[in-house]
Amino acid sequence: MRYRTPIKGALGLGSAKDGVHHWWMQRLTAIALVPLVLWFSFSLISYAGADYEVVREWIASPLVAVLLVVLLASVFFHAQLGLQVVLEDYIHLEWLRIASIVLMKFATVLLALAGILAVLRIALGA
Amino acid sequence: MAQLKLPVNSRMTEGKTWRAEGAKGDVRRFRVYRWNPDDEANPHVDTYELDMAECGPMVLDALIKIKNEIDPTLTFRRSCREGICGSCAMNIDGTNTLACTKACGDVDGDVKIYPLPHMPVVKDLVPDLTHFYAQYASIKPWIQTQTPAPPDRERLQSPEDQARINQPSACILCACCSTSCPSYWWNGDRYLGPAVLLQAYRWIVDSRDEATGERLDALEDPFKLYRCHTIMNCTNTCPKGLNPAKAIAEIKKLMVARR
Repeated sequence: MRYRTPIKGALGLGSAKDGVHHWWMQRLTAIALVPLVLWFSFSLISYAGADYEVVREWIASPLVAVLLVVLLASVFFHAQLGLQVVLEDYIHLEWLRIASIVLMKFATVLLALAGILAVLRIALGA
Repeated sequence: MAQLKLPVNSRMTEGKTWRAEGAKGDVRRFRVYRWNPDDEANPHVDTYELDMAECGPMVLDALIKIKNEIDPTLTFRRSCREGICGSCAMNIDGTNTLACTKACGDVDGDVKIYPLPHMPVVKDLVPDLTHFYAQYASIKPWIQTQTPAPPDRERLQSPEDQARINQPSACILCACCSTSCPSYWWNGDRYLGPAVLLQAYRWIVDSRDEATGERLDALEDPFKLYRCHTIMNCTNTCPKGLNPAKAIAEIKKLMVARR
């Protein structure tokens, strides 16, 4: 027997008043990533087979270092937003959905920080 | 997790075949989904052969002929037979559409007929649309104003403003679009789906409605609205040629515009 009315189920917990920021940030990071990924890909191709010292020097130049930090931040921020949507779509067990989203967010923050630290160490000559 | 395999008691089996004896014209095979809540059997596909020389051109004509002359236990909804009531929405030849406006001649080979996908089945081709209708009611599909109506006339709007609600008003709520949407399949309990969002949009852009902000408030939700990932099945399948995907994109734009 079902005692709850259909409209009760359709209304659920109501609107979360959230989601616009997530959606807008996903678009903004996507737009930023178009030139950044193109630039990074062409640079990688042009430095293919180059000496370790040459590439190190390239990364250490201020403009390249800044662009690499922006690229890493955008990639992992964008990835984190997109993966959250995928996990929300497909995991219906509530505790498992929340746990996997939290783990995924921690992992992307760690990866982003590791990448940015590597660039900074080279750029600042550590 | 998303379920990729049906539970054991939901797996399809092969059903009966009714042959067209002594047919004078073209014989076509109709492969129809059958499920009866009153027996213990799994859902199965029955095959009906029809002499097309004695059958009307549309899939609904064939279904009515089967029910009247071959197998009266076949259950389906239909009413207007001219594409305006939305009752006979079903999955024909792999696409959600209205049986009354889909010509048998447009289908190659066997005509495969299933209920609308991923909805609870009441019997045979009849899906349970209770939640779908409740979701429609939840967006308050009626005009809301602070200004009282003029005592001596209707609330007027310009032809341009009327044109903006022309298309979304032509929706017949047949549920073809919502039940073609993978996001609605996986999260239909919370995601409103293209049909209901198209109707929400119809009231958001209505120049006479004064509850636009409240309507946007009610939709601003990761599940109610933002489960739409622009898959476009809704627009591809709409038997009325409407564009729910565009309406949803317009709602998302308004959400950003009011930030």
